[in-house]
Amino acid sequence: MLEFDFMQNAFIAGGLVSVLAGVVGFFLVMRGQTFAGHALSHVGFAGATGAALLGLSPMWGLIWVTLLGGVSMGALGERLQGSDIVIGTILSLALGLGMLFLHFFTAYATQATALLFGNVLGVNTDTLWTLAWLGMACLLLLAIMARPLVFASLQPELAEAKGVSLRQVSMLFLAIVALTTAECIQIVGVLLVFTLMVGPAATAQKLTSHLGTGVLLAALLALAEAWLGITLAFYTDWPTSFWITALSSSAYLAVTVLHMLRNRRPLASAA
Amino acid sequence: MSALSLQQVTVSFAGRTVLSDVTLEIGQGLFIGMLGPNGAGKTTLMRTVLGLIRPVGGSIRVLGEPASRGNAAVGYIPQLRSLAGNMRLRGWDFVASACNGHRWGLPILSRAARQEVHWALDMVGASELARRPLMETSGGERQRLLLAQALLGRPRLLLLDEPLISLDPHHQHGVVTLVKQVQQELGITVIFSAHELNPLLAAIDQVLYLGRGQAALGKVDEVITKPVLSRLYGSNIDVIRMKNRIFVMAGDVEVEKEEHCHHA
Repeated sequence: MLEFDFMQNAFIAGGLVSVLAGVVGFFLVMRGQTFAGHALSHVGFAGATGAALLGLSPMWGLIWVTLLGGVSMGALGERLQGSDIVIGTILSLALGLGMLFLHFFTAYATQATALLFGNVLGVNTDTLWTLAWLGMACLLLLAIMARPLVFASLQPELAEAKGVSLRQVSMLFLAIVALTTAECIQIVGVLLVFTLMVGPAATAQKLTSHLGTGVLLAALLALAEAWLGITLAFYTDWPTSFWITALSSSAYLAVTVLHMLRNRRPLASAA
Repeated sequence: MSALSLQQVTVSFAGRTVLSDVTLEIGQGLFIGMLGPNGAGKTTLMRTVLGLIRPVGGSIRVLGEPASRGNAAVGYIPQLRSLAGNMRLRGWDFVASACNGHRWGLPILSRAARQEVHWALDMVGASELARRPLMETSGGERQRLLLAQALLGRPRLLLLDEPLISLDPHHQHGVVTLVKQVQQELGITVIFSAHELNPLLAAIDQVLYLGRGQAALGKVDEVITKPVLSRLYGSNIDVIRMKNRIFVMAGDVEVEKEEHCHHA
């Protein structure tokens, strides 16, 4: 399977993006901001189709628009916290706009499926380099801000009192989330970003209560799901995105059931 | 040098004057119970001491220094919110997140920092507890972890915002006893806000009562009196003493009792 260039590219792209998504997703789940991540990917759809309409690179349209969306969400900060309706409205408006842009730019319509559901087998070397640079920038930024990010996520009032700027942390973090979302879209598409960002992170958090182990586990789970998904897609000829979502949700489901069984036992014996 | 000194301090929050022209002096090594009706400014006063709210007028000195954000000498337990998505994390990581948490970089603790976390957990007897995920701890246990977190950096003034909220009387007693023990052992000043006076009676040295923009500070017998409280509430208040308990009544209703129930 690895004798094909497109498969090599798929594995490299899948590896780069899934590790990033696992790590960033861990903090996203910890902060309870998963819906914001989901919304950002939809905003990205409008960005990509809008850029295509203007004759610009859809990938860069995607990147810039999600980044803008992420930073504005962070700047709005607490006023946006928990307002699912506002985020949901922006999300659907973005999808609607994307639809409109596609309507005017029919030549790009064939690419719409790739954008919505991902196309990891179509990643070329140029895209690979973009993914690598952006991914490294995100991980570097995350490493720099990790300590205040954890503090501000777990104890915002105390962090504020100790001199952490909650807004700054929120803006920086959502910028990282935006770029990660843009990367994920290349692999699993706009509609399935949750599967790489949230699935492995949520599974990892059920498996361990240690912070460091959790981050590592989320990255490894995402990597395993992405690579296994690509492999299965190669042999079955079914879409890669399907396999990744199937693996991601199965892992989460399995761990959840395991948890329920384990938690029931002491109760049953006590009764 | 006093632990906290307010000179003619006026604080506004959300367009409302919360404290007006308050002057008070809290000595070091005291356990202060802070009381007052909802909206009297207990949290606002704490946030002002922490440097998060700038007073409109007057000056605040904390251990001799002007109040400023990031003062390591001040420890703080904010009012407990629901811990959103992070409940699965173990107590240790939760407590340790406050260790130099304001500095950039990876949250990898040095040996000294780890020892500091161990020390703080030992102080409150939560070393075992810290191994469990937060979601599996009770309200009282969580307050223990929060206290350990507040002790990181060895503060000399500790601000505790309503740590008894939604705890049953047994756990309330446990938290007050623990705070008192830590306060005595470290010789620090504690400002402990609460809705009810009685759970604190045995522990506090002085009471700080807020109401209608004003404040009264002093021994329980000096502050919990008909004239002082009637002035702070702006209505006729009766104080009834019954075996080691004090009831503050407005007409035939016990004040704060009801509001406390709303929170629980």
